[in-house]
Amino acid sequence: MTELLVGTKKGLFVYEGEPGDGFEMTARAFAGEPVDFAMRDPRSGRLLATVTSPFYGPKIWHAEDAAGEWEQADGVALPEGGDQALEKIWVIATGERDGLLYAGGDPGVLFESHDGGLTWELNAGLWEQPSRPDWQPGGGGLCLHSICTWPRDPDKLAVAVSAAGMWLSEDGGRSWRRGNTGLNPAYLPEEALRDENAGRCVHHVERSPAQPERMFMQFHGGVFRSDDAGETWTDIAEGLPSNFGFPLTVDPADPDSAYVIPLVADVDRVTPEGRVRVYETRDGGSSWSPRGEGLPAEHAYVTVLRQAFTRTGQGPELELYFGSTTGEVFGSGDAGATWSTTAYRLPPVFSVTAG
Amino acid sequence: MTTDTRPALLCLHGPLRQLAGGRTQHELEGATVIELLRSLERAYPEITGWILDERGRIRRHINVFVAGELSSEATPVAPGERVEVLPAITGGSR
Repeated sequence: MTELLVGTKKGLFVYEGEPGDGFEMTARAFAGEPVDFAMRDPRSGRLLATVTSPFYGPKIWHAEDAAGEWEQADGVALPEGGDQALEKIWVIATGERDGLLYAGGDPGVLFESHDGGLTWELNAGLWEQPSRPDWQPGGGGLCLHSICTWPRDPDKLAVAVSAAGMWLSEDGGRSWRRGNTGLNPAYLPEEALRDENAGRCVHHVERSPAQPERMFMQFHGGVFRSDDAGETWTDIAEGLPSNFGFPLTVDPADPDSAYVIPLVADVDRVTPEGRVRVYETRDGGSSWSPRGEGLPAEHAYVTVLRQAFTRTGQGPELELYFGSTTGEVFGSGDAGATWSTTAYRLPPVFSVTAG
Repeated sequence: MTTDTRPALLCLHGPLRQLAGGRTQHELEGATVIELLRSLERAYPEITGWILDERGRIRRHINVFVAGELSSEATPVAPGERVEVLPAITGGSR
């Protein structure tokens, strides 16, 4: 049985089912509220959801049962008395210690929880980066959207901020350095490429659990691979219909695997040629294959946001799910070979997680 | 001559009311809107961050009315005055 947590513009929707056999909606929470991200911590079973009320600001909530009582987590705020306010929490990720969780948000901030998400504290190392005043936001704000832990080593951590680029830590987040070498965007003039503070609009990053030095990135105009834990990056977009898109995922069993969902371009953020297709590589990005069997094949101009593509399982039993801003969720139970519609007529989908 | 020491009357609605002990009306000390809201936060710490953000500003889509007038953080509050905290009318993009 797979559980899907679908964060939408108007609430959290929970589905349960088996890929291919259909899914049933089992709960809706935060009715009418924008749910930016939701996940279940597999270690504790606790649900965590990030909600940005247009009235009352961003909060993290936790619950044992999606249909039950949700409680607000403590400490999800910037230091009082400054000149910035927390705008949104974009993502929550499990850490490599018992009870350790991370949350990333706007304005380019990382929070840590050491008690399974009940209380949070701001990561001071990233907050106090001297270059922070020069960080530029992307179109979605100055969002910290990707948190890449290192299996069984809590000291090694990588995060990505749009558009402040990649940040790497080897001391559990106490200190950080940039990891932008090779990220040379077309939207910067030649002279600015040497400036490491110039904006790098990273859209999504994933680390391969099977080979943690291997990372994949969807960039604002580029798809990249790193073989040295995010120090340097190589463009691997050749063979894709477009180098623009938002989400990305990998097969945990195969360090040469990655999946992306290309969109036409930054000026036309819909699936190319009116066809919804996931593109898969199994050779580290040397070649890409479209995976569209069962997905809309005509008149489908769909947008998939950066947190709206997820996975569970691995290898031949890898399950993939993604949601669109047109309110559909698509799923595959065979590593992307075939797809079916898991849910439809939802509000715009912001995030999907599976477990 | 006597000094008027009556507290202001702060009125909350919806989830704010729930966070403040389930009560709509609160008698609080404070000479300005922000002083009143800080008094509220001291009395009900769970409401911290819901009306004022980290900068000490009233959140963009919350309106505070003092004696029926739309007000800001620095607006003076007279003894016994009624202060309403209400979600703003928003729409269109949601």
